[in-house]
Amino acid sequence: MGTLSERILHGTAGEYVDRAIDRAYVHDGTGVLTLEAWKSMGEQRIQDASHIHILFDHIVPANNSTTATLQHELREFARSSFLHFSDVGGGICHQIMSEGIVLPGDVVVGADSHSCTLGAFGAFATGVGATDMAAIWMTGETWFRVPESTGMHLSGTFTGAAEAKDLALTYVSKLGMDGASYQSLEFIGEGTAALSMDDRLTLCNLAVETGAKAGMFYADDITVQYLATAGHTVKPQEPEPCRYIRELDFDLSDIAPVIAVPPRVDTVKPVHDLAGLPLDQVFVGTCTNGRYTDLARFARVVKGKNVAIRTIIVPASRAVLQEAIRTGVLASLIEAGCTIGTPGCGPCLGAHMGVLGEGEVCLSTANRNFKNRMGVGGEIFLSSVATAAASALEGEITEPEVT
Amino acid sequence: MQGKGRAVCIGADIDTDLVIAGRYLRTKDHSIWVAHVFEDLDPSLASRLNGAVIVAGKNFGCGSSREQAAIAIHEAGVVAVVAPSFARIFFRNAINVGLPLIECNLSCTQGSLVTFDLTEGWVEAEGKKYTTCPLSPRMQEILAAGGLVNYWRSGR
Repeated sequence: MGTLSERILHGTAGEYVDRAIDRAYVHDGTGVLTLEAWKSMGEQRIQDASHIHILFDHIVPANNSTTATLQHELREFARSSFLHFSDVGGGICHQIMSEGIVLPGDVVVGADSHSCTLGAFGAFATGVGATDMAAIWMTGETWFRVPESTGMHLSGTFTGAAEAKDLALTYVSKLGMDGASYQSLEFIGEGTAALSMDDRLTLCNLAVETGAKAGMFYADDITVQYLATAGHTVKPQEPEPCRYIRELDFDLSDIAPVIAVPPRVDTVKPVHDLAGLPLDQVFVGTCTNGRYTDLARFARVVKGKNVAIRTIIVPASRAVLQEAIRTGVLASLIEAGCTIGTPGCGPCLGAHMGVLGEGEVCLSTANRNFKNRMGVGGEIFLSSVATAAASALEGEITEPEVT
Repeated sequence: MQGKGRAVCIGADIDTDLVIAGRYLRTKDHSIWVAHVFEDLDPSLASRLNGAVIVAGKNFGCGSSREQAAIAIHEAGVVAVVAPSFARIFFRNAINVGLPLIECNLSCTQGSLVTFDLTEGWVEAEGKKYTTCPLSPRMQEILAAGGLVNYWRSGR
């Protein structure tokens, strides 16, 4: 009996537990500090390399010789330590972990705040810092405070042009940037059955923007089918009676296209209220909305037309890019004037591949719009893929059409 | 574990991008993070942090998991950070690098003397004493060791 977090962590909300880690991963950004901390801890022991992943995604390929040197050191370590390694071009760490690696019931930690994305599989997945991760490399376990959980009751289905991202921004707005601090968000109710794995990944991805430790779905038939294509046989997780500290209701048919206004993810307005705002750049990608279904949705809108402003599209992984090539989605995007980047995080963190200039405005499908994040003096508005596509064609914020 | 310092008061929901911007992360040189700490919030802050107690609003350290944020604040000479609440990854990171955090809705003005005792669980400023929630025993051990690296080096 208990919430999904309580069942996976084997404890009661509020209790401190030590748990073995099923999957631990870092990227090229946090991996450098993790390696430094691990070397400083003395033993230089890896408890079990088969559970550890290093995935390059933040600045890929390297943007200058300093970055290249840091990546070289981490790459050499990865190869000599026999752990799982994904080099430049493989894609975003969370995405690769979602492509048949993380399974229901797993305890997953990533040295990145958006590691909560993987709760979509019915795993307990959360972000940690570099030094915590170094200790996990060494011992194979870490401590957790078992979180209290908010029940997020979903009902109905999306209507009009609304999509999972609009629901995600809506719930962040409702909860606020710290509205679920230290908690887990458990997405439950009959509305979950209509959500694809991609939708669930998007919804869990934004959990950290409310301060939550995790965002989670119970594994169901959709999860089972998705993982079967990756060669895994898993069972659904049956919800049990449990205690939520709070329950919130979301009727998917009430969700409308929205935009988060800089510099806060919880400042959310209807797209309608911002229509006509001039844009300099549209960015589609990231661990929030860089999956194949996102690229395909964007392509459906822009196919046969031309984008009015620079439009940067970064597939979340090599598999996403390959699928987009196979189905012709990539050709449609390029013919419409979009620029395609190397699979990875792209310009989301302001390091390369689409950094904003002073006074420039970007509409992005990512998850953060903090001050200066994509470049000093640039502003970031966050939206769904459908809103980004409609806006790219007009060069200004534009309401998506129902397709 | 006791400490004291002059208050440097800042706002609520300070994210780790504001503590140390992404453009300064690709290095192992801690002095770069110290030099640019809080630059996008207030460029004058970095020079006022040595020996200070940061008194912040709720949800301090939200956003990115970048541990450089906790390292920059710690190595800039900040004695402790007091806030009504912290984002959870930042909370773990700070303890892991040896930076004391105190969860307390402390009211004081810039420059006031702030004193605290983590073991006894109190913080005091402007003649008012606040009782604070103690850290978990494990976190107290890590902090007492000077951070998680030292905790493991000392063979726990």
